[in-house]
Amino acid sequence: MKILCFGIAKDIIGTSELILDEHQITVAQLKNQLNEKYPKLLEYKSYMIAINQEYANDESLISINDEIALIPPVSGG
Amino acid sequence: MAAKSIDIQILQEPLSINNCYNFVLNEKCGGIDLFVGTVRRWNKGKEVSHLFFESYLPMARREMNKIAVQAIDQFGLEKISMHHRIGKVELEGVAVIIAVSSKHRKAAFEACKFAIDSLKLSVPIWKKEYLTNGSHWVNSRP
Repeated sequence: MKILCFGIAKDIIGTSELILDEHQITVAQLKNQLNEKYPKLLEYKSYMIAINQEYANDESLISINDEIALIPPVSGG
Repeated sequence: MAAKSIDIQILQEPLSINNCYNFVLNEKCGGIDLFVGTVRRWNKGKEVSHLFFESYLPMARREMNKIAVQAIDQFGLEKISMHHRIGKVELEGVAVIIAVSSKHRKAAFEACKFAIDSLKLSVPIWKKEYLTNGSHWVNSRP
């Protein structure tokens, strides 16, 4: 599955599109994987995961064809 | 909700206060409230040279549209226009404009505040601050 990365998350992960070898996973599992692989993510404020352009909670299930995004704390305006 | 009551735009080019004003202007309304967010030189004692805004465009549009729909429902607005700039914005440049129109001023003031406050909380747009000595994403530090 492909994960879109923005802002500070893009800098930490080093790409705007991260590919993970997963087919179905919960948001919590995805966050655990990301935090393990990129411990620097934990140095920053908590981030959100969006599924198909909607904020998702930890229990939400992600499928391979969903559009996934890693949303660090927003700072528009 | 009639689609023509909402105008959401995320733009690379300079924003136009006139466009937002003209969108919300209509004969049913006696009050228009405008919020214009601009780039300031000093932030927490540090000198800013310019800002850079990045956006998750499709989701940012959706989130802005949700805010607009809620503002209309909650405050009984006639129209709302929300424009956000992305890319590099210089000092005094306009980063965001919220324009709302309603019959009376109270709803206009309240809805405008609601819209900009909500935008800052939920819309996936990120600001990178370029200082005279370095740069960082705003809001990312614990």
